Amino acid sequence: MIDVKNLSKSFGDHLVLDGIDQHICPGEKVVILGPSGSGKSTFLRCLNLLETPTGGTITFEGTVITDPKVNIDQVRQKMGMVFQHFNLFPNMTIRKNITLAPVRTGLMKQEEADEAATALLKRVDLLDKADAYPNQLSGGQKQRIAIVRALAMKPKVMLFDEPTSALDPEMVGEVLDVMKELAAEGMTMVVVTHEMGFAREVGSRVLFMDGGHILEENEPHAFFSQPKNPRLQEFLSKVL
Amino acid sequence: MEAWLMDVADGFTKAFITGDRWKLYLKGLGVTLELTVIALVLGVILGVLVAVVRTAHDQQRPGRRNPLLGLLNVLCKVYTTVIRGTPMMVQLLIWAFVIFASSRNRTLIGAFGIGINSGAYVAEIVRGGLMSVDIGQSEAGRSLGLGYLDTMRFIVIPQAFKNILPALGNEFITLFKDTSLVSAIGGAELIYYAKAVGAKTFDVMYPYLGIACMYLAVVMLLTWLQGKLERRLRQSDRR
Repeated sequence: MIDVKNLSKSFGDHLVLDGIDQHICPGEKVVILGPSGSGKSTFLRCLNLLETPTGGTITFEGTVITDPKVNIDQVRQKMGMVFQHFNLFPNMTIRKNITLAPVRTGLMKQEEADEAATALLKRVDLLDKADAYPNQLSGGQKQRIAIVRALAMKPKVMLFDEPTSALDPEMVGEVLDVMKELAAEGMTMVVVTHEMGFAREVGSRVLFMDGGHILEENEPHAFFSQPKNPRLQEFLSKVL
Repeated sequence: MEAWLMDVADGFTKAFITGDRWKLYLKGLGVTLELTVIALVLGVILGVLVAVVRTAHDQQRPGRRNPLLGLLNVLCKVYTTVIRGTPMMVQLLIWAFVIFASSRNRTLIGAFGIGINSGAYVAEIVRGGLMSVDIGQSEAGRSLGLGYLDTMRFIVIPQAFKNILPALGNEFITLFKDTSLVSAIGGAELIYYAKAVGAKTFDVMYPYLGIACMYLAVVMLLTWLQGKLERRLRQSDRR
């Protein structure tokens, strides 16, 4: 589904991603772990070109999206993204937050989008907040809205950039529950996170990144029980 | 004391009452306001256009630079540099006596000149406002598949507007007072009539004090309106 070849990214002289090769299949739940500054967020943001790679190619469903001639807006419509700081639009109601993109991109008519928003809000149990503004919501509620806002575009893959890192500990659970549900429905997911429990429980593959390289990748059980790379062993001994 | 009071009453009468001269001031004030509105509209349109071009240019994806946008950006830069780098008085003189030397409609030329001048300042204010909106907002819009212009229109500009309102209000007040310069190129606005009355009565004190009061009154009104608008926009934050 997503094929990454020899991807590199540098900010000035600083090389953040150094020749990453990766293939993500439909239905996979790829969890990316690593210390801060390891390049994991940059890697994720390269997948929908929020960061422009400095080298290599990314292919999404047969389209080479790193080609400058590709209409990136159309590609992004099929890739949902959830941010660490939610990034809800504070100048719109929750309902408008959800319906804006489907309506403006021509995916749905306003009425259809409203119905879809109602269904999505029911699903995360926030229908009563439809006409509220983002500032009236708690962090966990905001992130659940951000997830369904991305889902309203009916994406083929969902990218999560540390979705629980800015939340109060109490609220992490409600967001992870929505993500687990989504995973159970078969959504293809790429998740950058520090939640080891989530990686173990939901991930179908776990990657460990440091210094712009993928140092180890494995299915979660073996990843956590028999880490081979010394840097990963050190990382796990500190966080577990 | 009594003599002084008589003097004041006499001067005041001559400046404002005799021959219905107050009507002249009102006419002048009307022209001043007209100048302000035309210049304001022109300034805001120009300013927003320039700001959007310059922001769009700066936010292009590397490797996908649009040559037309590059050219527009250079034009915008030249415009702001020249306008902000020369006195408005000089600009007005050039508009009236060099570029449109054959035209008699000095008031309209004045409005045009002030509008062009104001546009350069509004552009910088708007550009600052656009940049002040968290980058995550446009990233979120773009990640949903919205185009650059839609993201600007629905997400960034409405949020920027609230941030730039105080600076923009300030610019409008400055612009209103700057219309007085149009008298230098022969535009028939408030100062023009005050001077005319002064020349007739051989006493400029009352006409000048009078128009100072008129300017002040309008500025106070504008300030009050601005405060009201800001309070209303702030309320929506705390909903």
